[in-house]
Amino acid sequence: MLGFVIQRFLQAVVVMAVMSVIVFCGVYAIGNPVDIVIPPDATQDIRAATIAKLGLDKPLWEQYFLFVGNLLQGDFGRSFVYNIPVLDLIGGRLPATLELVLTSVLTATVLGVSLGIYAGYRPDGWLAKTIMAVSVLGFSVPSFWVGLILILTFAVNLGWLPAGGRGATVTVLGVPWSFLTLDGLSHIVLPAINLALFKLAMMIRLARAGTREIMLTDTIKFARAAGISESVILRRHLLKLISIPIITVFGLELGSTLAFAVVTETIFSWPGVGKLIIDSIAVLDRPVMVAYLILVAFLFVTINFTVDLVFALIDPRVRAGARA
Amino acid sequence: MMLLRRFWAEFRENRIALAALVVVVLVSLLAVFAPLITPQNPYDMTGLSLMDARRPPGFVGSGGYTHLLGTDPQGRDLLSAILYGLRISIQIGLAAGLVALTIGATLGILAAYAGGRIEMLIMRVVDLQLSFPAILLALVLVALLGQGKAQLIGALVAAQYAYFARTAYGAATSERRKDYIEAARATPLAPSRVILRHLLPNCTPPLIVVATVQIANSISLEATLSFLGLGLPVTEPSLGMLISNGFPYMMSGRYWISVYPGVALIVLIVAINIVGDQIRDQFNPRLRK
Amino acid sequence: MSVLDVRDLRTHFFTRAGVVKAVDGVSFTLEKGEILGLVGESGSGKTVTGFSLLGLVDPPGRIVEGSIRLNGKELVGMSDRDLRKRRGREISMVFQDPIATLNPMLTIGQQMRMALEAHGRVGPRAAVTRSEELLAKVGIPSPRARLRSYPHEFSGGMRQRVAIAIALLHSPSVIVADEPTTALDVSIQAQILHTMRDLARETGTALIWISHDLAVVSSLATRLAVMYAGRVVEEGPTAAILRDPRHPYTAGLIASLPAMAEPGTALTQIPGTTPSLLSLPPGCPFAPRCTHATEACTSEPVLERHGTRGWACFHPVGGVPA
Repeated sequence: MLGFVIQRFLQAVVVMAVMSVIVFCGVYAIGNPVDIVIPPDATQDIRAATIAKLGLDKPLWEQYFLFVGNLLQGDFGRSFVYNIPVLDLIGGRLPATLELVLTSVLTATVLGVSLGIYAGYRPDGWLAKTIMAVSVLGFSVPSFWVGLILILTFAVNLGWLPAGGRGATVTVLGVPWSFLTLDGLSHIVLPAINLALFKLAMMIRLARAGTREIMLTDTIKFARAAGISESVILRRHLLKLISIPIITVFGLELGSTLAFAVVTETIFSWPGVGKLIIDSIAVLDRPVMVAYLILVAFLFVTINFTVDLVFALIDPRVRAGARA
Repeated sequence: MMLLRRFWAEFRENRIALAALVVVVLVSLLAVFAPLITPQNPYDMTGLSLMDARRPPGFVGSGGYTHLLGTDPQGRDLLSAILYGLRISIQIGLAAGLVALTIGATLGILAAYAGGRIEMLIMRVVDLQLSFPAILLALVLVALLGQGKAQLIGALVAAQYAYFARTAYGAATSERRKDYIEAARATPLAPSRVILRHLLPNCTPPLIVVATVQIANSISLEATLSFLGLGLPVTEPSLGMLISNGFPYMMSGRYWISVYPGVALIVLIVAINIVGDQIRDQFNPRLRK
Repeated sequence: MSVLDVRDLRTHFFTRAGVVKAVDGVSFTLEKGEILGLVGESGSGKTVTGFSLLGLVDPPGRIVEGSIRLNGKELVGMSDRDLRKRRGREISMVFQDPIATLNPMLTIGQQMRMALEAHGRVGPRAAVTRSEELLAKVGIPSPRARLRSYPHEFSGGMRQRVAIAIALLHSPSVIVADEPTTALDVSIQAQILHTMRDLARETGTALIWISHDLAVVSSLATRLAVMYAGRVVEEGPTAAILRDPRHPYTAGLIASLPAMAEPGTALTQIPGTTPSLLSLPPGCPFAPRCTHATEACTSEPVLERHGTRGWACFHPVGGVPA
């Protein structure tokens, strides 16, 4: 088990190293590094001084190690726009995004898996067909458009829910959270639905396909032949067998939802990192872009690592492979 | 030809898919002939009058004709703008989809045929990229490359080629394991013959399926980027930008500027996806019978 | 009274391409503790017959006609609830591939307890005792410790023993064994065969042994039912059928057994192939491949009983007995 953890950890480190090279090349080598690190309105003297100070006159490989060295010390540079360390800027915005993403993905998973299992278990019923039609729509309709319609319907026409912002927050452990106040909760509903819809469609499809496949296996037939009731078969056999693909996708989706939050946060003016990155791209605040990319890569790798560990805990076959 | 005819006969049986195909063809035709149909060229800034801006559907403007779907904040006829917008969306979707298909399929088949180090290198990169959300990649690339049609297509290709590579690789490796490919490799046949005659034909069905889905995705992604203000220049509004421009006015009840371009976009994307679903079902041997 | 009495069973599949008559006239009886070999080529309907007996035919298939009486109770037309109560307790099934039947995510103990609790609450200690007892019976060493093992920790043969133990948990009257040794190594096949025969004898459980391999079945079964194109074409005591087959198809099967051939001579084959069940011509389904076929064979023969034996043929091998 320990060997397995170490092996996966080393893999994660390698992926992070590769990602840092890609981000470095993408932002420093393709673009003009001077423009990236120095504000456009700086004077010639400041430019020259900064170039020397940041070592931009040094060879590329030396610059890379400088870049990585700084990252490892938590130094991502300062934002041109806000003139504070990028890490503080992103750190301050991260809870809002995490709150939104977790709410959406959890809702989508619980709801999507239930609906998907139903649709897979009774594939020919009218309810199953309705569920699938909705999931096709959820897949096809661009999420920014769904956001607009949600605002138009529930905020503008009906006036039930606020159209944007985070609402009142409560500070717990030094971090402000919306979902703990009624006002905050009313603010999170629409963006969470918006962000969850695509994931919901995906989870429905996944759970349905998995259910259909599993219900045809000999494992289920054998259980039925032993007289085990359908509800026990669904709860103990199906749920256990389907958990493997669901957990994989849950992990992957958690990461990609972080990215999709960019769109939702822009539409609903949700003050998270997604909104920050769009604003930063618009004004070319490049240190923020670099930090964001590294952060997202880091979250991805961390999530994948966690998913691998969870696998090892729930699947006896992987556990056995890990022990060997 | 026989195969194609049988494929078509089966396709026709699904009424919904047939209707979707008709929609795709119709919308494409409208987009192609937009300059002949529309009452106004929305890119000609001199033809626009701010007097006509943000008027509701049915308004008769200074041009003397009825704006069936109203006008946008710059005073463009919305119907004309939508048809021109569809033109851009389809152009970009097709271009990005086809370039990504070519690059992706080449890499995937190369990896499958070459094996060894090349296979490992290509597929590692592809898998790494697949685990990364396409929208983020496109976002950053557009930000780095700047605005413009070519840059946008480049960003979309970079974000999507990996799907094609994975698909082609999957189909080609399962084919490569079959004995006849081994036999073909053992005979002094040129590699290009093995690839063109054997591997490529077997990759074609799944690639067609992925291509339809990815063209729809490109269109959606382009609209999303434009909506975020990272797509095409303001002088050539695509559907995403029209929607984005109308967004601030939605709060005051002038819904049509955002809603109608959105409806056009969704009809196109949903129709392409339904056609794609049907093609996939027809290619899937497990669902046959 | 027979434990199981099947009369004119018909199970059809209503596919888009047409009606597939997978089982189309199957009759046999099974006495207490008896082993019946159900033999036929693949596609002859023997597995579907097995599933029909348990009421587990998946859509688009369903039993359209016939009668299945288990311990005197009619199963055809019985509610799903009542059928479920009989499965596992009165009739159970063992499948071909032991790797696919057990759930890889649950321990053997958990799976056995689930099967036990399918018919009423069982305390944890009682469950362990009963499971252990059965694992020991099917020949699994150190059964108590193995209850905590997962399926992947067993070999194929051992997994099949576990599946058999699960099928035996409630001491059912009938076990349907669908080619339970086909996926195993030859040396292990014989062991499983003997285990099952001994268990049937010991517990009084009757066995229906489904197989395409006449040689395997005849070493085990007291009686045989030979299936062709969804029908039982010949039935009777194993020894009598092997010595003196009446249906030309049975005769062909026996003649093509390697053990029947002189070393060095070519094996006998039945000419032609199994017909498609979608477009079966009227009359005897074997007629197109039969050397005895005449004009009479364009109408369908029914299974006629002659003492302990029965066959469905107008021109049986060796002539019609007086």
